[in-house]
Amino acid sequence: MTDPAITEDLIAAHGLKPDEYARILEIIGREPTFTELGIFSAMWNEHCSYKSSKKWLRTLPTEGPQVICGPGENAGVIDIGDNQAVIFKMESHNHPSYIEPYQGAATGVGGILRDVFTMGARPIAAMNSLSFGEVAHPKTRQLVHGVVEGIGGYGNCFGVPTVGGEVRFDPAYNGNCLVNAFAAGLADADKIFYSAASGVGMPVVYLGAKTGRDGVGGATMASAEFDESIEEKRPTVQVGDPFTEKRLMEATLELMATGAVISIQDMGAAGLTCSAVEMGDKGGLGVKLQLDDVPQREAAMTAYEMMLSESQERMLMVLRPEKEAEARAVFEKWDLDFAIVGETIPEDRFLILHGNSVMADLPLSKLSSEAPEYDRPWVETPPTDPLDPESVPGVDPIDGLRALLSSPNYAAKQWVYEQYDTMVMADTVRTPGLGAGVIRVHDTSKMLAFTSDVTPRYVKANPEEGGKQAVAEAYRNLTATGATPLASTDNLNFGNPEKPEIMGQFVGAISGIGAACAALDMPIVSGNVSLYNETDGTAILPTPTIAAVGLIKSEDEAILDLPRDGHVALLVGETQGHLGQSALLAEVFNRVEGDAPPVDLDVEKRNGDFIRANHALIKACTDLSDGGLALAAFEMAEAGGVGVQIDSDDMGELFGEDQARYLIACNFDQAEALMLAAGQAGVTVRTVGRFSGADVRFGKSSAPLDELTDTYRSSFEAALG
Amino acid sequence: MHAAVIVFPGSNCDRDLAVAFERAGAKVSMVWHKDTDLPDGVDMVGIPGGFSFGDYLRCGAIAANSPICRSVVTHAERGGYVLGICNGFQVLTETGLLPGALRRNANLKYICKPVELRVEDCDTVFLRGYKPGQLITVPIAHHDGNYYLDDAKLAQLRDEGRIAFTYVSNPNGSVADIAGVVSRNGRVLGMMPHPERMAEPAHGGTDGKAMFDGLLDALAPA
Repeated sequence: MTDPAITEDLIAAHGLKPDEYARILEIIGREPTFTELGIFSAMWNEHCSYKSSKKWLRTLPTEGPQVICGPGENAGVIDIGDNQAVIFKMESHNHPSYIEPYQGAATGVGGILRDVFTMGARPIAAMNSLSFGEVAHPKTRQLVHGVVEGIGGYGNCFGVPTVGGEVRFDPAYNGNCLVNAFAAGLADADKIFYSAASGVGMPVVYLGAKTGRDGVGGATMASAEFDESIEEKRPTVQVGDPFTEKRLMEATLELMATGAVISIQDMGAAGLTCSAVEMGDKGGLGVKLQLDDVPQREAAMTAYEMMLSESQERMLMVLRPEKEAEARAVFEKWDLDFAIVGETIPEDRFLILHGNSVMADLPLSKLSSEAPEYDRPWVETPPTDPLDPESVPGVDPIDGLRALLSSPNYAAKQWVYEQYDTMVMADTVRTPGLGAGVIRVHDTSKMLAFTSDVTPRYVKANPEEGGKQAVAEAYRNLTATGATPLASTDNLNFGNPEKPEIMGQFVGAISGIGAACAALDMPIVSGNVSLYNETDGTAILPTPTIAAVGLIKSEDEAILDLPRDGHVALLVGETQGHLGQSALLAEVFNRVEGDAPPVDLDVEKRNGDFIRANHALIKACTDLSDGGLALAAFEMAEAGGVGVQIDSDDMGELFGEDQARYLIACNFDQAEALMLAAGQAGVTVRTVGRFSGADVRFGKSSAPLDELTDTYRSSFEAALG
Repeated sequence: MHAAVIVFPGSNCDRDLAVAFERAGAKVSMVWHKDTDLPDGVDMVGIPGGFSFGDYLRCGAIAANSPICRSVVTHAERGGYVLGICNGFQVLTETGLLPGALRRNANLKYICKPVELRVEDCDTVFLRGYKPGQLITVPIAHHDGNYYLDDAKLAQLRDEGRIAFTYVSNPNGSVADIAGVVSRNGRVLGMMPHPERMAEPAHGGTDGKAMFDGLLDALAPA
């Protein structure tokens, strides 16, 4: 088979702009071969190069005493004491999941797990943040079923507990769903593995599953908008095999223990190309690959296909040559492929040989260092008019709550998370459902809390405050378990960055996220950017998902109980009654109006520190977010199986979404002590009601807890099951 | 008690089961599926949950033909004890040590949640820690836990008192709400729920611990 000629159409089909192609000609001084064009396309697409976002990502806080390794490796690494480290990252698989929901979501989980165990960590927790179109849209139900089954199918078989996540619905996602997968792993802090190659003439080893034609061009596909030709893109979606991934993880960790690994990199987007270039580039070395030695699933694969395949469950490693036999034995034990496919070379060269032909011969370092970087034009998102509270009609507060509980956005999501194994590894302390998920660090009394948060309608209305809010909510969810937030990972999902308004959303959100991460000491240690989430010119809501990890140093520090009959309901934080962009406004009145609630980061910090300092006085705690006090009070009551009475019937007080607030359940004596402590700490705390009986009452309006629970527990399945 | 926990390449509850045995006081050996013999002195074999060989077709079918499973069958035939949990139960039905088969859940979905079980009147050392009729809460986590056997075999199981656990509220479509059954001699138990996931206060309950404690009581600590 002869390679096609390099034409303008072929260049465009590879997602390369004319000026980008001109730069390629300049770098290599000749026309690229077909394989080389593919390699450039793989390295320079938005997904792999971050060319539109890099400039702004550099502004994020990424350091702190707790950070062992920030962005730039496969995942971020955080110190949790006792020579233990948590390694975590969140990554999107949006485009593939919309095209082929089961496999798209499954391989999203597979990719993020690989990022974690590539660094030497055994995955111990997973989460997923999912955004779908409106429930009534004909594609939504199929996407929800496929994505949830795909996540479960992969994670359950692999054997990692899914401990948290989000599911939301909004018409803005009708043409582009979002699947953001998070994984965290545990490793010894002094045994972390990195991707930089070292040493000349070292064998480059291919590990794992065989290479097929699946996923060829996947990263390029994920860097473009969708249109009516979407069905033609199905072959660009990879197919996952969690059983192979499980074996690959076990074999990789076993291999690392033998001391055979100099550097290692998983094959994710743009497979062999990206992983080989990354290892060479970071180590200041060249790489030579002999493609005939690559384990192949299909006959007659071309160099182009092998270099761009996104077949799953593969790794590339630079091996200590004296350990070859030992390393090979580990992979044979697990019945996985182990093949020496090349070596490190001293010159700055990416040399790809197939048979007797040179298929690519490129200056390796320039593939990443010369990748385009854009300072895309952007316009600031214009300020939104504040909501006129007088314009919100009165509604019975229990009816308001009922409306939220009947919406799949706020109804209980057990239909989703019961399809995930939430308990494998037998260290899960709190399964999904109420606030952050919590797992125990195996064989210790330490615990880790995990959460993922963002309120996209806030970000749309006010990117900067919305960006801050996502971080603040993650901070609060961790804090409510008693955890000290340690660090975050961001998954930035936006529309087409070539549009100045979209770029403006991005710039604003980054600014807010950066400010909040700095103020709350939750540096961003890893992350992922997903742009071009548009279909026929319509963009998603800006959705910068923040996933964060917190540490509970001992069981005593944890706040994991539930409210009991007789507990006092205490509200921490100031309530202004901010109804702009609220869940109530959206779900009851179908109005998306007003500004996002402002976030005061000093108050967030002060109130969070107050909760931690007084954990011993707090039985149960939850953060207030969408749905305000009303939804938080109901969720706590439902979890504890006890009614709740809130004295106020004011809509702003019940449904306002002011930030920096928590709802606490505790005994009367503890409430008194908390008030005293609050006075000293300058924190606002007041009694808003109590947990008792079998009814939920707001002011004079009430309904049986059982009836509301039934609505809360059945609405999701009724709409989507 | 010396327990061997079998490790297939896709087992993912092997550590969890080993921890539960160890916390109850047993000596535990992990045994690789390619091994042909159980370690000397093993009186209990645990076959853990997971996806032994990916289980893309019939769960446990490949595992049942692995080298170690021949030794497990011999061990059981000689009167040895075997506990198969979840995928382990599927493997035991595939080896023929236990009757019936595990089909896809009736709702065709994976289900992971705590469920209530009734301890049946069944003469087996595995239930020594419980009383007949006792209700316990233990999680399930499976896609293929819908236990099936024909009427004649069901009648036989009932006659012989071999139903160990039933679901109070059937989550998966199992015949006669069956969650676990034993062999004729009572020494092989297969069950879909995971007692090892409800064995410490941090798990949110300890109803599963009683099984391991009961076993240790009966089969003196190693």
